[in-house]
Amino acid sequence: MPETAEKKPAKIVLRELQDKIAQDAWDAKMRGEKVGWCASNFPQEITTAMGIPVVFPENMGAAVGAKGGGERMCRHAEDMGYSGDLCSYSRINLAYTDLKKCEELEIPFPDFLLCCNNICNCMIKWYENLALELDIPLILIDIPHLDAMECDAERVRYIRAQFDECIAQLERITGKKMDYDKLKSVMDVSQRSSRAWLRAVDYMRCEPSPFSGFDIFNNMAVACVGRGTVEAAEAFEYLADEYEELARQGKSSFKGEEKYRILFEGIACWANLRFTYKTLQSRGINLTASIYGPAFSFLYSNLDELMAAYAYVPNSNCFERELELRVNDAVKNKVDGAIFHVNRSCKHWSGNLYEMERQFRERTGVPTVTFDGDQSDPRCFSEAQYETRIEALVEIMEENKREKEARKNA
Amino acid sequence: MADILTMGVDLGSTTSKCVILRNGADTLSSAIAQAGAGTGGPARAVAEALDKAGLTRPEITAVTATGYGRNTFAGADFVVSELSCHAAGAHAVFPEARTVIDIGGQDAKVLRTGPSGTLENFIMNDKCAAGTGRFLDVMARVLELDVSELAQYDARAESAVTISSTCTVFAKSEVISQLAGGVDLCALIAGIHASVAVRTASLVKRLGLVPPLAMTGGVAQNAGVVRALEKELGQPISVSPIAQLNGAYGAALYAWKKLGKDD
Repeated sequence: MPETAEKKPAKIVLRELQDKIAQDAWDAKMRGEKVGWCASNFPQEITTAMGIPVVFPENMGAAVGAKGGGERMCRHAEDMGYSGDLCSYSRINLAYTDLKKCEELEIPFPDFLLCCNNICNCMIKWYENLALELDIPLILIDIPHLDAMECDAERVRYIRAQFDECIAQLERITGKKMDYDKLKSVMDVSQRSSRAWLRAVDYMRCEPSPFSGFDIFNNMAVACVGRGTVEAAEAFEYLADEYEELARQGKSSFKGEEKYRILFEGIACWANLRFTYKTLQSRGINLTASIYGPAFSFLYSNLDELMAAYAYVPNSNCFERELELRVNDAVKNKVDGAIFHVNRSCKHWSGNLYEMERQFRERTGVPTVTFDGDQSDPRCFSEAQYETRIEALVEIMEENKREKEARKNA
Repeated sequence: MADILTMGVDLGSTTSKCVILRNGADTLSSAIAQAGAGTGGPARAVAEALDKAGLTRPEITAVTATGYGRNTFAGADFVVSELSCHAAGAHAVFPEARTVIDIGGQDAKVLRTGPSGTLENFIMNDKCAAGTGRFLDVMARVLELDVSELAQYDARAESAVTISSTCTVFAKSEVISQLAGGVDLCALIAGIHASVAVRTASLVKRLGLVPPLAMTGGVAQNAGVVRALEKELGQPISVSPIAQLNGAYGAALYAWKKLGKDD
């Protein structure tokens, strides 16, 4: 546990750390250092080891959405000529690039861009546009979609070659040199963070889960933006310890009785986070399985395995591997149902969602529902449509429990 | 023992429906008001059903609200989703049915029901309301017909014009173009019905086609849509005689059930 964090709940420690990481980037910018905009699943070990500050437009998109600015920023991007069918994170970021201000959250403007297409292939076009608009260099690490269950040596070589080239480019742009001993220690710290974050979210398997699953959506931010730092590792260990203690005592931070446990598939509806959460919480539904939060942890023991780890990002995996992840998580964490968010922004994730839902339902035998929404554009979400689906899901889960109880007592 | 009276109120997007049951079995009265949630429709439907049965509200033991406006309806003892209510209502009429298709004003739903009539799974239209009652309302208006007349024209059709657009607005343009081209009105209406059937059939297939099939909701009253859907699915479909009242009927059954009278 961090010494300064004594008595503070872990989520506060994580929030403060997130603020500090953001402030560090601003301070670096003020000192005249080169700052980058970085894709969320870019191998951050590189920038952390080189001491290069980066910020994350995707996180900004989520935060602006959660703070109520999503629609305004998306509309501005549409007024600029961008289609409303584009990802709302990209629209918010492109609007910010044009406006140079955003009342909900601002990030320092970049001197270079780091894109990695493992989480989203469409992101390349977003970043290419930024490079053009801002007239700054773009470094791309291309991670091919994994059409097999495992990442083979050839893929690793392909990714590794780009990794080496990326370092050389960054050295030229920033004037900072890679220290490979430092890289090794950053990789070690990143492992510590990832293991601790995975240990924390793994407590969702407990009955009751020691925490409200929606907390993942808040706590994951540091896993995304700062997993290579000692402070992040310590904060996640602190979080995991906190959950462990709650689980040991059979307590939970979830408000009310945990009547039903569900898997929530997809990115949160940041702009409708409160409604989506309250609709579940008020009916005793806790989120106990999610692919999204744990996605921001990468386990490896050497550089080649690091390359492979970045190929196993959810949107980069083949369907079969993705399905296994969800089924295993649902079974381990004993879910009663599943909610699939058909996210208008995320074409890749939503593209196979109906088939994912069908096979998931067949494999697990639990009821499932889909709903339309968006990660940061509130115009794509209907409260009444969401509520109807959740109420019907509850009625099915309630009946399933009643039947299970009746069988037990027979 | 005194009779127990339960009421189901279905507050839909375009209409309000009310059913009063005696002892969870006999229908005492029903009413449909041509105005949905958020209007005076629900109150009118309730008043009319009470009036027809010669009852007053205090004589009703329990009320279940369902449908789009269920959570804002004052005076409900229970609130149940329209999915479960339609499943319960359809099961009471067709106990053998395992797949229930319900097409209302803005929703198309496919329900998988268990042997006891409980809802096991469901699927609803997403993204837009094409293929629902509103879609047919729009098309009827373009053709200067009442929506209730569409089935009569469909029955006389010798062929069906292809309406390929999945968007209501674009489909409307398509229909207007066909009209301007002098296409046979009956064939055009059969084509409109076929386009609803194609969309609905894809929902059925996504959930998994498990016969026997039953159909409820206002659109089930349109024999042309039912016929097109049977053709598309290759299965006969039983149409509820109380199609439009089915949700309210299921809600009244739920009120009875929730009073503990069904165990």
